[in-house]
Amino acid sequence: MSEHHAAPTGITRWLFTTNHKDIGTLYLWFSFIMLLVGGSMAMVIRSELMYPGMQVVDPNFFNMMTTMHGLIMVFGAIMPAMVGLANWLIPMMIGAPDMALPRMNNWSFWILPAAAILLVAPMFIGGDFMSGQGPAFGWTFYEPLSGQYGNLAFFVFAVHLLGFSSIMGSINIIATILNMRAPGMTLMKMPMFVWTWLITAFLLIAVMPVLAGVVTMMLTDKYFGTSFFDAAGGGDPVMFQHIFWFFGHPEVYIMILPAFGVVSMIIPTFARKKLFGYASMVYATAAIAFLSFIVWAHHMFTVGMPVAGELYFMYATVMIAVPTAVKVFNWTATMWKGALTFEIPMLWAIAFVFMFTIGGFTGLMLGLTPVDFQYHDTYFVVAHFHYVLVTGSLFAIIAAFYYWVPKWTGNMYPPLLSKIHFWASLISVNVLFFPQHFIGLAGMPRRIPDYAVQFADWNYWSSIGGFVFGLSQILFLVIVIKTIKGGEKATDQVWESAEGLEWTIASPAPYHTFATPPEVK
Amino acid sequence: MSASKITKKLGRLFLTALLLGPAMAFAEYSTLNMTESVSNVGQQMYDLHMLVLWICVVAGVLVFGVIIWSIIFHRKSKGAKPAHFHENTTIEVVWTSIPLIILVAIAVPATKTLLEYEDTTNSDITIKATGWQWKWEYDYIDDKVGDSKGIHFFSSLSKVSNDARQLGANEELPEHYLLDVDKRIIVPVGKKVRILTTAADVIHSWWVPELAIKRDAIPGFINESWFQAEEVGVYRGQCAELCGKDHGFMPIVVEVKSVEDYKQWASTAKGAASKAAAAAAAASGKTYTKAELMAKGKDVYAANCAACHQAAGTGGGPFPALKGSAVATTGSIADHIAIIADGKGIMPPFGSQLSALDIAAVTTYERNAWGNNTGDVVQPSQVK
Repeated sequence: MSEHHAAPTGITRWLFTTNHKDIGTLYLWFSFIMLLVGGSMAMVIRSELMYPGMQVVDPNFFNMMTTMHGLIMVFGAIMPAMVGLANWLIPMMIGAPDMALPRMNNWSFWILPAAAILLVAPMFIGGDFMSGQGPAFGWTFYEPLSGQYGNLAFFVFAVHLLGFSSIMGSINIIATILNMRAPGMTLMKMPMFVWTWLITAFLLIAVMPVLAGVVTMMLTDKYFGTSFFDAAGGGDPVMFQHIFWFFGHPEVYIMILPAFGVVSMIIPTFARKKLFGYASMVYATAAIAFLSFIVWAHHMFTVGMPVAGELYFMYATVMIAVPTAVKVFNWTATMWKGALTFEIPMLWAIAFVFMFTIGGFTGLMLGLTPVDFQYHDTYFVVAHFHYVLVTGSLFAIIAAFYYWVPKWTGNMYPPLLSKIHFWASLISVNVLFFPQHFIGLAGMPRRIPDYAVQFADWNYWSSIGGFVFGLSQILFLVIVIKTIKGGEKATDQVWESAEGLEWTIASPAPYHTFATPPEVK
Repeated sequence: MSASKITKKLGRLFLTALLLGPAMAFAEYSTLNMTESVSNVGQQMYDLHMLVLWICVVAGVLVFGVIIWSIIFHRKSKGAKPAHFHENTTIEVVWTSIPLIILVAIAVPATKTLLEYEDTTNSDITIKATGWQWKWEYDYIDDKVGDSKGIHFFSSLSKVSNDARQLGANEELPEHYLLDVDKRIIVPVGKKVRILTTAADVIHSWWVPELAIKRDAIPGFINESWFQAEEVGVYRGQCAELCGKDHGFMPIVVEVKSVEDYKQWASTAKGAASKAAAAAAAASGKTYTKAELMAKGKDVYAANCAACHQAAGTGGGPFPALKGSAVATTGSIADHIAIIADGKGIMPPFGSQLSALDIAAVTTYERNAWGNNTGDVVQPSQVK
C-alpha cells in the first residue's frame, strides 16, 4: 500500500477519516455519550417521581426532561449505536474492504454532533439552566402544543440534520450490501445482522423524509403563516399525528430490527447450533417491516377516528404478533438441544429474548382498540416501550459490544466486572420498569411530574431501580475503557463456534481488511 | 434554581429515600391491575384485558419454559452435544398458524366491545367538555332527564391540592391529592351520558378510568364518546394528553347521583347560575375603589396567572416576568387588557373565562403590585 493510505494521527484522524472502523467507533462513542446524557435526564425524572409532591424541579423543567430524554435516546443513543455497529460489522461480515461510499460515511457521522448541539442548545438559552427553554412538548412533539414553543426552529433544524445523517447512512449501507459482497455470498447466505440492516435501511429511507416533511410543516405554520395543523386556518391537528406516526411506527422497527439481527448472530454461536429457520427469519423481518407501514394509527386510537378505521388498525396491528412470534420461536428452537454456554454476550442475548417478549405481549394488549382506551397515555405504555427499547434494543447493543469487542480491540472484556454489569442491569431494569405496568393499569398518566398518592409505592421502587440501572451503566463505561486499554488477548476466532467472515481476520481487526475479497462457498 | 441547589436537594432526597422507604398507599385502589369499571361496556373492556393478559401469561410460561428447560438441561457443562437440525417446515407452519388462530379468537370480542363503545346514539344527557391550559370547561347542552341545559362552569384543581403541589411546599398531601376539583361535573346514575370533547388551545384528553372513557379534546374539532355509570359515587380522572406545563394538574371529577338528586341539583344550579349572571352584569357597570380591585385582583391572579408568571410576578422559563415589564407598567391599559382577554403566544385567552370585573381587577393588580406602582385603576367598564 502506498503512503497516502497511512492513517493520520491525532484529531485529524477522526475528523477526516473515511475508514469504516474509525467511523463505527465514532458512532459508538457518540451514542454512548448520548446514552449517558439522556440517562442523567431519566435520573432527574425518577428523582422527581420518587415521592408524591413536587420536590426537585418545576413542571416545565420536568416536561423538558421527559422530552429531551426521549429525543436523545431515540435519535442520539439507539439509532447511532445501530449505525455504528453496521459500520464496523457489515464490511467485515460480507468480505468488503470498506463501505461503498466512504467520504459520505464521514459526513453522515459528523452531521450528528451538530444536530445534537442544535437540539440541546435551547436548554441553555434564555435564562439560567433551570429555567431553560428547551423543548418541553414530549418527544412526539404533537401540534398545536409544540407550536407554542418559542425556540421551535432549533428543534426543526436539528431534526432535519438527523434526517440527512440517517438517509446518507442508509444509502451507504444499501449500496455496500448490494454491491460489495464477497464472491459466492448470495443474499440468502448473508448473516442475519446484514439482512436486518438491509431492511432497516430501506425503512429509514422511506420514513425520514416524512419526518423532515412534518417538521417543515411545523416550521412554516409557526413562522410563515401556513395552517397545516391549525383548525382555525382550515388545518387539522390530527393530521400531524397521522404524518408523525407514519414515520414513528416504522421508526420503532428501525430501532429493533438490527437488534433482532444481533441476537440472531449471538445465540447460534453459544448454542453451538445453526440458527433455526434462517429463511423464515428473513421473511419474518421483511413481513414486520411491511406491516410497520400500515399500522401507524394504533398510536392514536383516542383521537376519534371512524370506527372502521379503528377496526382496521386493530386487525393490522395484532397481525404483527405473528412474524414476531415466529422470531421468538426460532431463537427458542435454536437454543433447544444445543450445547449452551453462558458467556457475557449470551447472557445479554437471552435476557433480550425474555424481556423483548414481555414487551411484545404488552404490545399485543395495546393493539386491541377497546382496551387501549384504558392503557393509552398511561405508564403501561411507558413500561411497554421501555421493555422493547431498553431491554430490547439497548440490551442487544450491549450484547453486540461484548460479542464483537474482542475483534475490535483484540482484548477480552474484564470477566468479573462484566458479569456484575449484566446482573445489576438485569435486576435493576426490571425493578425500574415492571412496576410501571402496575401504576399504568391503576391509572397513572404518563408525562406528569406529580401523581396521586395511590401510585406512590411502585413509583418509589421504580426510582430505586432507575438509580441502580443508571449506576450500572457507569460501570459499563469503566468496562469499555478497561477493555480498550488492555485485558486478556483475544484469539482470531474468539468464540469457539462463531461463524462468519469477521472471525477469519486477525484480532484486533487490521485497519484495512479484505483488500482482496474472500471466497464464500 | 442553581445547579448547586439541585445537587443539595437531590442529596437530601436520596438520604430520606433510604431512611424512610416507600410511603403508604391508599387501600381502596388496586395498585396492581386495571381499575374495574362501573359501566357495562367498561367492564367488557376490563374482561377483555384480563382475557388477553391470561393468554399472554400462558404463552409466556410455555415459551419461557422451553427456554429455561434448554438453559438447564442443554448446557455444554452438562455434556450436552449440539443437535444438527435447523429447519422443519411442519413445525414452522404450525407455530405460525397458532398465533394467528389465537388472534382471530381475541379479535371477535374486541370487535364487539369496540362497536358498542363507539355507539353514541340514544343518549340521555349531552355535556360538552372543553380543555383549556389547564382546566376543564363544561357545558350541559342537552338533557332528557332533568333541566340542566345551559349550566356552564369551569372546573380546576382544588385549592388545597394546588397549594400542596407547589415546588418545595413540603405540605402534608391532602386527601385525593391532585384528583380533586373546585367544581364537579354531576350526572345521574343509569343514564347514557354523551361527552363531547373539544379544546381551546392544545390537545387534551378527557379520561376517567372507572367510567372507562378516554377521548382526546382537540382544538377546532368535536369528538363524541359516552359512559353510563351503574353505581352512584364519585369518580376521578385526569387529563391524559400532554398539554404543557400543568398537564398533571387538571383533574376531572364526576359525581354520579341518583336521578332524583340529579334533578334537584340541576334546578338549584341553574337558579344560582342566572343569579350570578345578573350579578356579573350589574358589576360590570359599577365603579370600584382601588383597594377593592387590588384585593379582588390578587385572588384572580393567584387562581389564573400565578401558575406561569409566579406569585411574585417574576415569571420563569418561557413565561415572562410581569414585575417591571413594559406591558404592566408603561404600556397602554387597553393593550394590557387585550393580552389578558385574547392571549399571546403560549398564553391562553382568558376573555371567556373571566368576567369584566375579574379582568379589570387583575389588570389593576398587575399594574400596581410588586413595585409596578403605576397608580392605574381599571374599571370593569373599560373591559369590552
